[in-house]
Amino acid sequence: MEQMVNVFLFGKRYAVPASATIMEAMEYAGYQLVRGCGCRNGFCGACATLYRIAGDRQLHACLACSTKVEDNMYVATLPFFPLVKAVYDMEKIKPSQQIMMQLYPEIYACVGCNACTKACTQGLNVMQYIAYAQRGEYEKCAEESFDCVMCGVCSSRCPAGISHPQVAMLARRLNGKYLAPHCDHLDQRIDEINEGKFQALLSELMDNSQEEMRRLYNTRDIEK
Amino acid sequence: MYQDPNIQASAELVAAARAHNITLDPPRMTAEEKEQLLRTYHPDYREDQFELLQVGPNKGEKVPKELAALLQGRSRIDPDKLDLDEPAYDVDVLVIGGGGAGTSAAIEAHQAGANVMVVTKLRMGDANTMMAEGGIQAADKPNDSPAQHYLDAYGGGHFAAQKDLLAKLVTEAPEAIRWLSDLGVEFDKAPDGTMITTHGGGTSRKRMHAAKDYSGAEIMRTLRDEALNRQIPVVDFTAAIELILDDQGRCAGAVLMNMETRELKIARAKTVILATGGAGRLHYQGFPTSNHYGATADGLVLGYRAGAKLLYPDTLQYHPTGAAFPAQIFGALVTEKVRSVGAMLINAKGEAFMNPLETRDVSAASIIRECSDRGNGVKTPAGWAVWLDTPMIELKHGAGTIEKRIPAMMRMFGKYGIDIRKEPILIYPTLHYQNGGLKISVDGQTGVENLFVAGEAVGGIHGRNRLMGNSLLDIIVFGRSAGQHAAAKAQSVTVGKLTLSHVARFHQALEEAGVDTGKISPKLLPTYNSLGKDF
Repeated sequence: MEQMVNVFLFGKRYAVPASATIMEAMEYAGYQLVRGCGCRNGFCGACATLYRIAGDRQLHACLACSTKVEDNMYVATLPFFPLVKAVYDMEKIKPSQQIMMQLYPEIYACVGCNACTKACTQGLNVMQYIAYAQRGEYEKCAEESFDCVMCGVCSSRCPAGISHPQVAMLARRLNGKYLAPHCDHLDQRIDEINEGKFQALLSELMDNSQEEMRRLYNTRDIEK
Repeated sequence: MYQDPNIQASAELVAAARAHNITLDPPRMTAEEKEQLLRTYHPDYREDQFELLQVGPNKGEKVPKELAALLQGRSRIDPDKLDLDEPAYDVDVLVIGGGGAGTSAAIEAHQAGANVMVVTKLRMGDANTMMAEGGIQAADKPNDSPAQHYLDAYGGGHFAAQKDLLAKLVTEAPEAIRWLSDLGVEFDKAPDGTMITTHGGGTSRKRMHAAKDYSGAEIMRTLRDEALNRQIPVVDFTAAIELILDDQGRCAGAVLMNMETRELKIARAKTVILATGGAGRLHYQGFPTSNHYGATADGLVLGYRAGAKLLYPDTLQYHPTGAAFPAQIFGALVTEKVRSVGAMLINAKGEAFMNPLETRDVSAASIIRECSDRGNGVKTPAGWAVWLDTPMIELKHGAGTIEKRIPAMMRMFGKYGIDIRKEPILIYPTLHYQNGGLKISVDGQTGVENLFVAGEAVGGIHGRNRLMGNSLLDIIVFGRSAGQHAAAKAQSVTVGKLTLSHVARFHQALEEAGVDTGKISPKLLPTYNSLGKDF
């Protein structure tokens, strides 16, 4: 007999298998999920969830798809949170400190409470990456925030009204487009392709018999 | 430390053999060995798991049973009872699906000046793209070429790819990388800007570009951000449940259903792009899947009913390394990049039983053989598994490599108390990718005029097996291309009278053939609720 625990989904009690994730527990209870369910594997941020264990004052945040239920767990899902997304033209903005000031000025109202970091479902140092964004250190902000799944729990806990995932998104795009070292071999290859350098070789492959293609494939040299 | 004593005992054999195994380079199989292996062990060859279609453009051809039931299912609507004359939306280009292909298409259609709208049944970015971990191929290094890329993909796909599509894929790959890079995607680079590239199964050159092991997530969130910056209208939590044609038989819109309220609305469009993705959530042959919650082959059903032909719908990709333990992540993807950066496949006895960089179909079949006839699998609560020896990675490349190169994998297993830097992990094949799909010409159009397809819903780009890193590539190359062509085509289209008569005809054909699968389709969401009620 499978071991069962009691969970309280939106306050209502259900007995569910102890090995279930919160998401599986909801389905076990009979829910057909539409919102609050995405990749089911910790990448998409659809299933942000808040919970508290009875008797414990601390509020926890997690992803429902990758967190096991516990006995006497009180669960409230947060399938949507109204983040503020500034609209900008990547071709026109520059990776200056001013751009954050223009697009996300509320980051400078951070009171340093660290509630964002404590709430992060990915265990990221959210307050630190906001500090990097404040200083215009976008490369560091990008690195520190890289694993963000944009679930929005951090923002739900922020007294300053910061939309941390969107700030980090901007920092990563600025870093990827403007600050990361430029790739020259990519440009060279695109020029060669545009000049038609590989066209004859490709056409030859396309015209080959299946036998010839098998021979070429089975004898091709493989880079070590 | 694994709690199960049998698992732990086997893990210790793996640890004891590690210093020896790491020195090995197991030989690649010959073409004959591979063919024999696939025939005997690959799920695509289990004839009793397939069924011949009795109606529609692919009548007489075989598809997985679960797909046949939906392709030959009944519509969610009564086609005679819907008023199509006052559409709620009227646009140039309608994109169905908000994953990587759909979003790329929308960005390009918008760039071309078209009035474009995206509908998606969940949120924008809820897609297999978000879950692609390992990387994206492009032949942009001096020792590589688009021709070499073509040869790898053509052979890896069993010499069955549609040649013009594959040639487009490899030729436009470097440009796809540059487009993404210019949008701000953070590819792994050396300090001098050189792309850090690795092998994938079946590649002959190191051409796998990555953004750690969040490659798809990084691409998807960037594309989504760009679409939002362009303020392209996105109607989310809204599924397309039927395509609409006009009185000249051209695709001209879709019937939309709000996933929460079930309200129906009509969208009229000059051109339509289907970018609905894959089918993993149909759980063919009972396999677990690495796919997104919404991967239920909706686009194949919609397109098929409207008269578009399928190509290779009988070939599926089982990713060799799905998580087999613990149960909470059963079937989840363990990226091929884990093998690219040095982990080997090891059986229960601690033996390196194959070269870890064979193509996916060969690797999956080899693991199934190891766990069945050869009896060298590790028994798990859910079935059988073999080891992926992750601690080898840091022995080869130094401490810190795992956190730097595959942080998502470290996090996924870490949540369940498994430190992949110190302990090997258990894996078994998981349903990963739909090799087949709707047949298109090189401009992305199906046989139904003004109906374009992009992404995993397309069949033929990869032949009968796809190489790692060619799907993230195809959603960008063919997504962008579909957006450009659909926008251009829309300029010359005057939509005629809207009709659903094709749906009525399909229903009639089902009745005449005596087919009643008992299913309505598209399925839209899998059935996991304990009450067993379909969505």
